[in-house]
Order: sequence, then structure tokens, then C-alpha cells
Amino acid sequence: MDSALFWEMFIKALVLILVLLTSFAYLTYYERRGLARFQSRVGPNRAGPAGLLQPVADAVKLIFKEEFIPGEAYKVIFILAPILTVVPAILITATVPWGGSFMIGEREVSLVIADLNVGVLYIMSVASIAVYGVVLGGWSSNNKYAMLGGMRSSAQMVSYELALGLSFVGMVLLADTMNMSEIVEAQRNLWFVVIQPVGAVVFFIATLAELNRSPFDMPEAEQELSAGYNVEYSGMKFALFFMAEYTKMVSISAIIVTLFFGGYRGPGVDAIWWLGPIYMFAKIIIILGLMIWIRASWPRLRYDRLMAFGWKILLPLSLSLVFITATGILLEMMWIVPLLSIVAGYIAVQSINLSLRRKANAR
Amino acid sequence: MLAELLRGLKTTFKMLIDKPVTYQYPEVKREVRPRYRGHHELKRYDNGLEKCIGCALCAASCPADAIFVEASENTDEERYSPGDRYASTYEINFLRCIYCGYCEDACPTEAIVLGKEYDISYATRFEAIADRDALLKNSTQGVTPQKTEPGVYTRSVPEMEDPKDY
Repeated sequence: MDSALFWEMFIKALVLILVLLTSFAYLTYYERRGLARFQSRVGPNRAGPAGLLQPVADAVKLIFKEEFIPGEAYKVIFILAPILTVVPAILITATVPWGGSFMIGEREVSLVIADLNVGVLYIMSVASIAVYGVVLGGWSSNNKYAMLGGMRSSAQMVSYELALGLSFVGMVLLADTMNMSEIVEAQRNLWFVVIQPVGAVVFFIATLAELNRSPFDMPEAEQELSAGYNVEYSGMKFALFFMAEYTKMVSISAIIVTLFFGGYRGPGVDAIWWLGPIYMFAKIIIILGLMIWIRASWPRLRYDRLMAFGWKILLPLSLSLVFITATGILLEMMWIVPLLSIVAGYIAVQSINLSLRRKANAR
Repeated sequence: MLAELLRGLKTTFKMLIDKPVTYQYPEVKREVRPRYRGHHELKRYDNGLEKCIGCALCAASCPADAIFVEASENTDEERYSPGDRYASTYEINFLRCIYCGYCEDACPTEAIVLGKEYDISYATRFEAIADRDALLKNSTQGVTPQKTEPGVYTRSVPEMEDPKDY
């Protein structure tokens, strides 16, 4: 490895981390303002012009809060758990392409940190590490609520990971590669969301569960678990959990955009390289807005229904979507894929309706 | 199921387009209702004389015993209010006051009125006791005592119109 390559990697990674951390801070602002508007309020608008310094105020407050470690807690793991959650959340974006490439002198610099040929596998594996932080944090707090929150979140993440992985498979089949940049290139003419619309929905639902976001925010349900796995955390350690959650939101949105919405591609990207990140961020902001909108609108799922939904609906649905995609590719009839997948999605919705009606009648 | 979920999204989206219902409180104050019972005010006549004649009916009617009135004699050289007497001491303890408005009802001269001010806070218990000057502060300008011609202000309870509803 020559030194120029090292510095290129170093600077790219540094810029990415800084961008992710800033976007985490402003995502909290975006979410609070967005939620407020959905609830007919104004939201934080006191700190700085239009409340833009609110994330800074929050950060300062969290840094200066007391770091309390419960006496009965398992100290090493208690301290390790927030780190274990926040590191994968940042690592996961390493294979996501943020734009095309540009030239500095003789050197071609591409806007992706690690152009792995198994980028999809990398994302899957790193995403599942994040469960450890949550479950260890819940367990090491030595607190009933935290324990329950950790257990719930591990069960939930493991079950929805299946649907998530199977939705990945469909896209890998369509693009015929596991490299994220090549998946983006494969969507040059047609976004995958058009070919596999139900797959996009399944992926989105699975990521909501993976992120512990509403309506799947069971692990941190304030009303029943007081705060879930992070009850005993305060100060900077709590801020790290918070940071992990919101950074993961950004990175998973980036992955959704890459897989289904053409990544950084948009009009004029081939000519002007810096349009790539801008398109990417615009799409990410739209996906994040959708997540906030859902949080403002829908109530939380009951826990048994959440597990039933994951195993009995999403898993068969995503399996059948893989099957449909493979059939379409094998028969070389791509128009069959969106049609059949919408049929499969309709059957899934109808089966939920049926089971809900049966439960209502049984009462 | 899908229709219900989409209906939920539609409801919140409508809220997004609507104007927020909140007021930016310290900058924008919301207009109170016409019959709002806020901080008390002692009123004056247009010529500057106080309406209060020190009869202490308000203190008698007060269920919380928040009002303390002491009356003194008016003279034509030093006239505070029409008639014989005026309130030389008038104190309301806002820690006791329950803002029921009975004092307003009992007053024969419409001197004590519950105003629209609701921004009332104090740091010590002594600040909670409003005296005469504090209560007169918000009423129309005027100075008492005044030097008046003898024999003009002999009637302590004025002729009043029937009370109007809003």
C-alpha cells in the first residue's frame, strides 16, 4: 500500500465519519421539528436561529451530565455496550457509494471507502453485530426493565434480520453482483424499486424493526419498559446509544437508497461528480422523512403480533419475492416480477386482515 | 389493514400542512376570554379619584380571606375618593386568593375588578401581597389625594348602569 492510497483512505474515512456524526446531530433536530409539525406544533426553535443550535445544546447537556454506573452492574460490559452499538452503526456505511469518481491530478478518487466485492454480505454482518451492544447493555445493567428491553430487541432483530437478508438477495439477483457500486450501476436505467416494489416495502419494514423505530420500538417502549435497554444509562453513555440509533437511521437510509432508489445516480451525475453526494443526501432525507412520518402516525405493535408479523408474514413474503425475482430472471421476462410481487404482497395483506378478523371474532 | 394505516398517514399529513396551533408564548400572548378572571385591579374615575370607598365588603365576601381593607376619612383638602371614606390600606394576598371573583361582585362602586393579567409569579412570599399602589398601577392615570371644592363629591356610591354582558 503506497502512502497516497493510505492518505486517500484516511481522509475519506475521516470525512465520512464527520459527515455521519453531523448528520446524526441534525437528524435529531430534523426529527423533532418534523414530529412537531406532524402534531401541529412548532418544535424546538429557541436555541439559535430557528433552533438550529439545538443539537449543540443537547450535546453539551449530555456531556456535562453525571455518568452513573449502578453498583450491581457488570462494569466492563456496561461500559463496553454503548461502544459496541455505536461502532457498527458508523462502520456499516463503509461500502456504500456516495458518488462516482473524480480526478485529483493523475489519481482517480472514488467516493466509496471500501469497494468490496461482497459489500452486501459486509453490510449484513455488521448490521447484526449491533444487536450485541443492545442486549449486553440490557443485561449488564442488572435491571429488570433493561433486561426485558435487551431480550426483546435481540429477539426482534434476529427475526427481522431474515426478512432483511432475503430482500437483499432479490437485489443481488437483479444486479448479478454483491458489490454496492455495481448495484448502483445496474440501476442506471431503471430503479430497482420499479422492478421489485414489494421488496422495497419489505426491506423498509425490516429496517424499521432493525432500527427499533416506531412502530417496532418495542425494546425502548417508554410506556411498558420505562425506556428499555438504556434505563440505567446516563450522560455520555446514553448519548452513545442515542447516537448509534440515529447514525444507523442515516446509514440504513443510505443502504435503502443504494439498493432501491438508484443510489447517487440522477440527472447529470456522469458529467459533474459532486452532484452524486447531493442526490444521495436528498434521497436519504426523503427516506428519513418517511420514517418520521410513520413514527408520528402509527401506534406500536403488540409484542406477540410483532413476532408473528416477522415470522409468519414477512419471512414467507420475502422468500416468495426471491422466488419471483429468480423466476423472472430465469424466464427472461422482467415484467412478470413487479406483477407477481404485487400479487404476493396483496396475499400477505389479505392474510393479515384475515387473522385480525378471526381474532376479533374469537373474542 | 392497509387502508387504516394509510388513513393514519393521511391524518398526520393534514396536520403537517396546517398551521401549528401553538402560540410562541413570551413573544405572542394569546387574547384571554372576556370573562377571564386574572390579577386584580383597583379602578379610578375619569377625573382621577379612586372608586374604592373602603367599605370592606370585598374582604367580607372573600372566601379565602385574602383581602384586608382599612378605611380612613376623606377631607376636601386631601380627597382620595368621593364620599366620606377611602381605603387607606388595601392589601390582597395572592397566595390566598382563589380568583373566584366574589370581591368584584360584592363591590358597590365597581372599584375592584379582576383583570386580564395572568403572568403572575413572585420570588418571595412578601411579593405575593399586593398593596394599594400596586393594585392601582394599571388603572387610568390620575393622582390622589386631590384638592377639591367642598360639597361636590358627597355621594360615595355612584349612579351606575345595569351590568352588560359581552
